[in-house]
Amino acid sequence: MTMTETAKADPRAAGETPLVELKDISIAFGGVQAVDGVSIDLHPGEVVGLLGHNGAGKSTLIKILSGAYRMDSGEIRINGQKAEIHSPRDARRYNIETIYQTLALADNLDAASNLFLGREITTALGFVDDAKQEAETRKIMARLNPNFRKLNEPVSALSGGQRQSVAIARAVYFNAKILIMDEPTAALGVHETAMVADLIKELKAQGLGIFLISHDTREMMELCDRVSVMKNGQLVGTERVEDVTEDDILSMIILGKNPKREPA
Amino acid sequence: MSDAHANPIPSTAKDDRPAPKAPAKSFLSQLEIDLRLLGMVGAFVLVCIVFNVLTDGRFLTPRNIFNLTIQTVSVAIMATGMVFIIVTRHIDLSVGALLATASAVMAMMQTRWLPDTLGLPLGHAALPWLAILAGLLAGTLIGAFQGWLVGYLTIPAFIVTLGGLLIWRNVAWYLTNGQTIGPLDETFQAFGGINGTLGATGSWIFGLIAAAAAVLALLSARRSKAAHGFPVKPIWAEAVLIGIAVVAILGFVALLNAYEVPTRVLERDFAARGLEMPEGTTASYGIPYSVLVLIAVAVVMTVIARKTRLGRYIFATGGNPDAAELSGINTRFLTVKVFAILGALVAISAVVASARLTNHSNDIGTLDELRVIAAAVIGGTALSGGIGTIYGAILGALIMQSLQSGMAMVGVDAPLQNIVVGTVLVAAVLIDIIYRRRVGGK
Repeated sequence: MTMTETAKADPRAAGETPLVELKDISIAFGGVQAVDGVSIDLHPGEVVGLLGHNGAGKSTLIKILSGAYRMDSGEIRINGQKAEIHSPRDARRYNIETIYQTLALADNLDAASNLFLGREITTALGFVDDAKQEAETRKIMARLNPNFRKLNEPVSALSGGQRQSVAIARAVYFNAKILIMDEPTAALGVHETAMVADLIKELKAQGLGIFLISHDTREMMELCDRVSVMKNGQLVGTERVEDVTEDDILSMIILGKNPKREPA
Repeated sequence: MSDAHANPIPSTAKDDRPAPKAPAKSFLSQLEIDLRLLGMVGAFVLVCIVFNVLTDGRFLTPRNIFNLTIQTVSVAIMATGMVFIIVTRHIDLSVGALLATASAVMAMMQTRWLPDTLGLPLGHAALPWLAILAGLLAGTLIGAFQGWLVGYLTIPAFIVTLGGLLIWRNVAWYLTNGQTIGPLDETFQAFGGINGTLGATGSWIFGLIAAAAAVLALLSARRSKAAHGFPVKPIWAEAVLIGIAVVAILGFVALLNAYEVPTRVLERDFAARGLEMPEGTTASYGIPYSVLVLIAVAVVMTVIARKTRLGRYIFATGGNPDAAELSGINTRFLTVKVFAILGALVAISAVVASARLTNHSNDIGTLDELRVIAAAVIGGTALSGGIGTIYGAILGALIMQSLQSGMAMVGVDAPLQNIVVGTVLVAAVLIDIIYRRRVGGK
């Protein structure tokens, strides 16, 4: 509680290069400073939660890392090396996979086509190998969601949970090292939410670094190692979950400051 | 539907439900034939039967079917390209005008520009091919340019191609000074329909090859599925499908071969070669080259749509443009490609259309944009994007043309013809919307 630098406070971080370092990131849309000088890092096997009101800049910050937006200033480092991420394709090259709030699925295509969208398996002649893609999809789905059966139907015919499995499968299949999950459980029922939570723990155990965005403070306390709170585009603070209570986090979200860090 | 499939995924210990048993499936679902395709074929057959009755059997004669086929080709070729445009949530109103420009370029090339600049005499063997090449280039480049305006400068496709509708029709006018250019080269005219056909023997050979290819394609798809352990149709269903395909292909060839060259035309041909026509000589037209062009276009476009990354990206972008972009697809360049493909197809249609008329005229392709869009939409292409098939668009073009020429044969007034076609277009979309709502798609 007395330490001021969170990175040092985290034992996992001692002497270890962070997987991702976002340094002094800023982006503005029109006159609005959506993200204003935010710095966050992420270590292998760690889950860092991003909290804040709607419009606090969480999603925007994360979209800079996933290549959907280009930052105005700042620096991204992956494994200590400066990274150039200008498009979703660039992000994928750094093994950054994103599961978006809106799922980013093409509703008219089936699960396999969505899973491999942009990275199709092709035959020797250069044609899309649908049979191979379907076989691979069956394999990964057997692991993620054994009840998944609607392989030949457009994903518009799937339930929220099944759609989420497709989105998650897409990230997991391509060996993500850095996973960004934007509200992964927002559209899910209780059972499916628990499934996603189990999956996050499993991926974390495999050494992935995960950025998790959610509104559910309790869920975040359970799943995350550290939480970063944003307000009006600025970082309020980053805390280890052991060091704070849910109330502390709520006041950070609402008041924009951590009551425990206030000088007495 | 696929819930009924045998479950290929090993069920987990937690899953204590009994393995789902496949319920008895209907005849049609076992065949795995698209219901929408069936509906369109049904509509087409109905149109044919009604007009055949109304015309006392003149509608379904080999001669009329031959004419119907060659009249459909030009619109059908463009409609396959329009499918890609509409699937990606765009529209192209300029196809009729662009057809005129491509046709003007090709006509001027073979009658004026090439003879004047290269000194090639009229009738030189290279003329038609160089002209076609120039037309294809013009069509593709103009298409790509319009695609660039839409994709990169983000001007709505409706506006870009509405401007194009005015621009290219009048560019064609300037290229020819408003004159009718003709007659076109004889080899060039062979792409028009009646002036270039395979003949009886050639048509049968083509039919047999096509039937063999269809059988091979069906069997190899089955083998590929089986190799990965996926469920396949029962063997009898496969046999029925193969039977339908073979009968359809060979039946079509037989019909076109049944249309015989009139005796006076044969006499003229023999006389032209300085020969006496033997008594009782007959000859069949067979499959027109223009129809071969349409078949080639249909096969290539279907392969692009179903089997290539380009096709997958076209449909993904139509289904969810944001998802496509986040998946790393360059949707702007994709727009350029899609418009360029349609531009090339419009140029091919221009070859067929001007060859059929044996000359280039100012009004060539007028209102084709509406026929092409209607064909694609009647063929099941959804204007909301993401859904459409190549065969549907061709069937749509065929249904439209059957209606139009059937009504002309019956003697329906010209204004009334258009009223009926317009009504059918709106009704077809309504039926499609109701069908989708029932099926539960979008």
